This record gives sequence, C-alpha cells and structure tokens, in this order.
Amino acid sequence: MFEPTSLNKKNDRIQTAVKAGFGLMTLMLIIPVLIILTMLVYKGGGVISMEFLFTNPTNGMTAGGIFPALLGTIWLVLVALLISVPLGVAAAIYLSEYAPENWLTRVINLAIINLAGVPSIVHALFGVGAFVLFFGFGTSILAASLTLAIMTLPIVIVATKESLEAVPYAFREACWNMGATRWQTIRRVVLPNAISGILTGVILEVSRTSGETAPIMFTGAAFFLPLLPQSVFDQTMALSLHLFVVSTQVPDMPEALPFGVALVLISLVLVLNSISIALRVYLRSKKKW
Amino acid sequence: MVEAQQSEAAPEAAAAEAKLTVRDLRIRYGATTVLEGVNLDVRRNEIFGIIGPAGAGKTSFLKCINRMDMFNTNMHADGEITFDGENIRRWANVYELRRRIGVVFPLPVGLPMTIYDNVALAPRLAGTKSKAKLDEIVQRCLERAALWDEVKDRLDSLGSLLSGGQQQRLTIARALSQEPELLMLDEFSIAVDPVTTMKIEDVLKELKQEMTIIMVTNLVQQARRLADRTAFFLDGSCVEVGTTEDFFTGEVSDPRTREYVEGRFG
Repeated sequence: MFEPTSLNKKNDRIQTAVKAGFGLMTLMLIIPVLIILTMLVYKGGGVISMEFLFTNPTNGMTAGGIFPALLGTIWLVLVALLISVPLGVAAAIYLSEYAPENWLTRVINLAIINLAGVPSIVHALFGVGAFVLFFGFGTSILAASLTLAIMTLPIVIVATKESLEAVPYAFREACWNMGATRWQTIRRVVLPNAISGILTGVILEVSRTSGETAPIMFTGAAFFLPLLPQSVFDQTMALSLHLFVVSTQVPDMPEALPFGVALVLISLVLVLNSISIALRVYLRSKKKW
Repeated sequence: MVEAQQSEAAPEAAAAEAKLTVRDLRIRYGATTVLEGVNLDVRRNEIFGIIGPAGAGKTSFLKCINRMDMFNTNMHADGEITFDGENIRRWANVYELRRRIGVVFPLPVGLPMTIYDNVALAPRLAGTKSKAKLDEIVQRCLERAALWDEVKDRLDSLGSLLSGGQQQRLTIARALSQEPELLMLDEFSIAVDPVTTMKIEDVLKELKQEMTIIMVTNLVQQARRLADRTAFFLDGSCVEVGTTEDFFTGEVSDPRTREYVEGRFG
C-alpha cells in the first residue's frame, strides 16, 4: 500500500533536480560578491587606517588620505536623498492612491519607466544643461545631487508604488467606510503597511547614488580639491570619481591605494544601507508585524 | 425619539419613521444594469433583512447607501436615497454620512494594527485624542460586540491575528465605535462559525434598541430569526418588501418569493 508509482518517482526526481539547480544558481550569485570583497580586502585592506580616512590626499594623490572624497560622497548621497525621497514618495502616493485611470496617468507611468532606462551620461548632460547652467547653481553639490536625485527617482517611485499596491484594497475600503478621507486612510493604514517596502527602495537608491560617477563628473565633483565643501553650492570630491582618478589618471600610483578607495566606497554603502535596514527592522518590531 | 415597532401604522406615519428611503434606485456598472426598481423604506430601530441569491445586487445596494460608489468611476446610481429625510446626494459632507453608517463586510477585515487601535481608529479619525475617552470607547464597543472578555488582556496584540470569528466581532466593534445610526451588515456570518454567529445575532437584537440595522444575508433562516421586515432581491431587481412574518407564512404577492423562502431555488 502507498507504494510510489513511477509517476511519483519521476516527479520526485524532477523536484530534487529543480531544487539543486536553483540552489546552485543562488550560490553562483554569491561567488562574484565574495571574490570582489576578498580581493578588495586582500589588496586594499593594508592602506586603511584612521589617517587614510580622515586626512587629505598628498603627493598628487599618490599618498595621504581620502577624507574630502569620503565626506563629499556622504554630502552628495544625503542631499540627493533629501530631494528624491519626498518627491518620489509623493509622486508614488499620487499615482497609486489618487490618480484616475486615464491616458495621462498611463503616460506618466511610462515616462517613469523610461526615465529608469536613460543612461547615466545622458542624465549628466541634462544636469549640466539644467542645474549648472540654466538654474545657475554652477558645478556644485546641489547640481550634482539634483542630477543624482532625478536619475534615481524611478527607483523610489517604483518601489513605493509597488509597496503601496501590496496593501490590500479591503483595508482602504474599511477605512473609507468609517468616514476617513483618502489622506487619513493613507496616513493611518496604507503608509504604515508600506513603509518597509519604501525603505527597500531607499536602500537601492543609496547604493546606486554612492557609486555613480558619470552624473557627478560634470555637475559637481572635482578631480582634486584640498578644501572641504562649506555649503551645497561648493564643489566637492567624491569617492567614485576619486577611484576613477587614482586608478587611471595618476602616474606612479601605489597599487594598493585604488583598492583601498574601493573598499571604503563599498563599506560606506554598507553602512548607509545598514542604517536603513536597522530602521526597517525597528519599524517592524514597533508595529508587531 | 419616535417609538419604533409601530409597523402597522398608517403609511404617512411610516414614512415619517423612515430612517432611510429608497426611490427608483437603479445601479449600473458602465452599460450593465445590476439593480433597478428598488423602492423601500427602512424604519428606525428595525432590523431590515435583505435576502436573495448571489448576483442579485445586494452588495451594490449597500455601497450606494453610504456613497462608496464614489470610489468606483464605473459605478452609477440613479434614483433617490434619503437618510434622515435628506437626499444623500445632497449631503455636503460625505465623510459625516459614512461616519453615521457602520459597515460590516462578509470577510472580516482586521486592520494590521493592535486590537485597541482597530477600535480607536474611527474616534481618532473624528478627532478624539483623550486617552481616557478612547479607553472608554474601546471597552464599551468591544463589550457590545461580545469580544471584550476574550481580548481584554491583550488589547495591544495584533487585530489581524485573531481568529476569523473574533475578527468579525472586532469589525463590528469597530463599526460601533463610529457611534453609527445605521449599521449595515453584508453577509456577516459567511466566514464565521455557528457559535459566533449566534453571539453576533444576540448582539444585533440588543443593538436594535439604539440603531437601525440593515442585514444582507444568504441564509433565509437568519432573516427569519432576526429581521422585522425583509426585502427579496432577485436578478437585479427588488421583487418584494414585506414583514418577515408575512414572508415566512406565505403571505407574499410574488410566487418567486415563496419559492425562494421555501428553499426551492437559490
């Protein structure tokens, strides 16, 4: 009784093969990450020190630290987030909660998807034309961050929209039936349930923003700048551009230095992401989900 | 307040007692008419049952009453509905209209917040901030929904983690927290065990003293147990409105009503 039939056995074998295959592919995803990290730590770990992190570059950038670039990247990312998160979340709330189903909404949605497909160098040119020249911000943190913000808006909008749409319609209906306005419903029921998805979007955006080089090259990031930026209207160095410079533009560069810069850049992304992840975990625990 | 239960009074008096009147209501989605020819009065402090098979337009009817049709651009309602003698289309403040009408859905919707917050939501929306006042409302509503004893020690656990039957009583408590004048229940017992159903039915009999209740149900016997008067909806029209007693003693004008009530179809 209950002997497996040949069909049962076949299904079992397929199931085992599928599980093993998918598991293998997942492992292969981790391999490049591990290799990159190992290489960076192995080759660049030696140059990392407090002095490297917190002093200016010297000797035509072949020695000394990377403090102006590190600080510059933090500036750029934070200002870009300050612009794109409110803008993107507001747009996503409008599109998913208020916008009527019509051709205009469809055009806007299509435009957002297209914006995500625009190459970063095109964003850079747009940034020069719009923010540096037209608005007269000059090459500055503000112009560079605005360019980065526009480039990463689709990430925030799409992530927010998807997490808003994942909140069951019945929750909204229950709330409207009590006499809540759309905004009251969004604030008390929809947003608290969507917040962790929104933060995931922010995490993706942080990673993208801190690594981008092309959009900031012409809009606000400088090749070498011994002075620290005093306001958003100053130029700044940035880790990503600095990495490009020390890897390719400077003769007699010690081999370890570019790897050190790359290691710092990746660690910075990890630290910024950990903050968002910690915030997400905290919000979840508070809501007891 | 007008004394209720004078159901055999003169027609004019009955009209004055009406909490809700519906005249020539026609509901369509796009070009498809789902319900038409609805004319009925719901009197104060009665339980008004609506029976009929699936697809008869019962839920669409409820949506029109608290103007939830606004959220569906495809949905159109013609005709006249008055609430407290005033045309609901002319209520300037649709949110106030909805606050006065509590709704309970077929499937319980426990919002993903604590039990306390679920019940305190409507008062908070209406601007109540005082903790003492909220505490009082939460306790009173949970007690009236026959849920207080089961949850009083875990008010800050998640409402959506309660069992189905408890969640449905939570939904009723939430509807009561609006201090509604009209409570509309749409097949509330569909996802609820028989014991809970009986508990809720007892609650409704109590609540009738304070408010008007419209109860849509698939269970003919439930209408018989609870409703003072009953309407029979079939295939997008209101076939008959009468006292529940007449419905179940065969005193009906349309043979289809008798057949449905006797369980020969539907």
